[in-house]
Amino acid sequence: MNWEGILIYAIALAAAPLLVGVINRTKAYFAGRCGQPLLQTYHDLAKLLRKGAVYSGTTTWVFRAGPIISLGAALLALAFIPLGGIPALFSFNGDFILVAYLLGVMRFFTVAAALDTGSSFEGMGASREVQFAAMAEPSLILGVVAVARGTGELTLTNILGAVSSDLWLAQGTVLALVIMAWFAVFLAENSRIPVDDPNTHLELTMIHEVMVLDHGGPDFAFVSYGAALKMWILGAFVVGLLAPVRTGQILPDLAAGLAGMLTLAVAVGVVESTMARLRLVRVPHLLLAAGAFSILALLLVMR
Amino acid sequence: MHNTTDNIMAVLMLINLALTASSRLNLCISLVSLQGVALGFLPLFSHNGLNLRTAFLAVVVVAMKGVVFPRLLMRAVRGANVRREVEPFVGYGASILVGILLLGISFWVGNRLPLPVSAVSSDLVVPGAIGAILTGLFLLTSRKTAVTQVMGYLVMENGIAAFGLAVVPEVPMLIELGILLDIFVGVFVMAIVIWHISREFDHMNADQLSALKG
Repeated sequence: MNWEGILIYAIALAAAPLLVGVINRTKAYFAGRCGQPLLQTYHDLAKLLRKGAVYSGTTTWVFRAGPIISLGAALLALAFIPLGGIPALFSFNGDFILVAYLLGVMRFFTVAAALDTGSSFEGMGASREVQFAAMAEPSLILGVVAVARGTGELTLTNILGAVSSDLWLAQGTVLALVIMAWFAVFLAENSRIPVDDPNTHLELTMIHEVMVLDHGGPDFAFVSYGAALKMWILGAFVVGLLAPVRTGQILPDLAAGLAGMLTLAVAVGVVESTMARLRLVRVPHLLLAAGAFSILALLLVMR
Repeated sequence: MHNTTDNIMAVLMLINLALTASSRLNLCISLVSLQGVALGFLPLFSHNGLNLRTAFLAVVVVAMKGVVFPRLLMRAVRGANVRREVEPFVGYGASILVGILLLGISFWVGNRLPLPVSAVSSDLVVPGAIGAILTGLFLLTSRKTAVTQVMGYLVMENGIAAFGLAVVPEVPMLIELGILLDIFVGVFVMAIVIWHISREFDHMNADQLSALKG
């Protein structure tokens, strides 16, 4: 427990939906549209929370518990996430494994709720989500292991806190490889474009969106907010490497971290505007390539 | 200086992985030539640094592998009127996994080989070289068309060149140029052979050559 950790936890809670707004505005800029307001996600969340929920007669308590447990897991995982050099709320040796598993719990309950609806579309989305997640997770973990080995630290706070410009000079290749791997994981896990199109409304091609079709009202608000938090969590991994500003003072570090997050959101918007979605059979290749980057980084560190 | 060599070797390994994964013939040709160019710069950062000999060698290697070979191969592909896709025996996903496996093996072997590598500028050179040789072998055996087999051969040669650079620091320039000439003739002949195969049989799938009667 430290007040810096509380501060970045509060900032993450408040600013996570903003990332979605920044991505949408970037895409709108590329398409020559005005685009929705930056704060549209907040309005959507407020609107959804005011509504009531409708539950299908075929669903059980699993469907109702899904969004709550998913959001809870995301909130808990966020407590272990540092922002650049600023320490997280909690940390202990090996906490990155807990974070990965909390993300796994989040995914499991989203999938369980999707399967509980009995809809064939949702079953299809659940199957795809799990397949791609199973390939994305090793890339994330192996990347963390590579950076942990490079920095000699074991807690997420210290691992990302030790990434300085000196480390970039000494092991820039490794860090660049890990960043590429994590960026691919970031895109896949947050169902962004090369893997999944968040705007599509064709159930046959959707992955994440199709799983939450049956959620409504506050439940859907929980799902959306949980997705925004997940984006912040995985973004913090990438930004931790990408913005190696470690002055030890809170203001410059915080500014660098937030600027990194915004840059990442803009980068995602650019990727979404300039790339087409991959065919579903090609997605595993992207994730395997990300895994290859992580493994190469690990081999380079371990030699 | 070591850092630059490390980076070049990392690029070499990444290109190996990319080659196992990419499906476009033109992209493969560009990747192989990029690998050759990256390798061509390697002598400049070796222990004896920049001098007339290494500079000349780098210029020749870059010109050969960066300009001449891709031109020849591109012309062969265009002239032979083949499909723009690599036709693998092993699927792309499995190919990436094999690429990762070969990379692991090359690191494992590279760190255990009792080589006289005291003069090596970076300890990544031997694993990278072995990785390129193994990947070249894999590409040679797992792809159907003759063009990709030439590319596998080129990747192997890149690996051998890197290996030579690591183990024998003072290879006479004549020998290096001789090797380069051999490859040039090899690629040249292969390009002609590809053209003839495709003209004779309407395709250039080398796997069907085994069905020929002598």
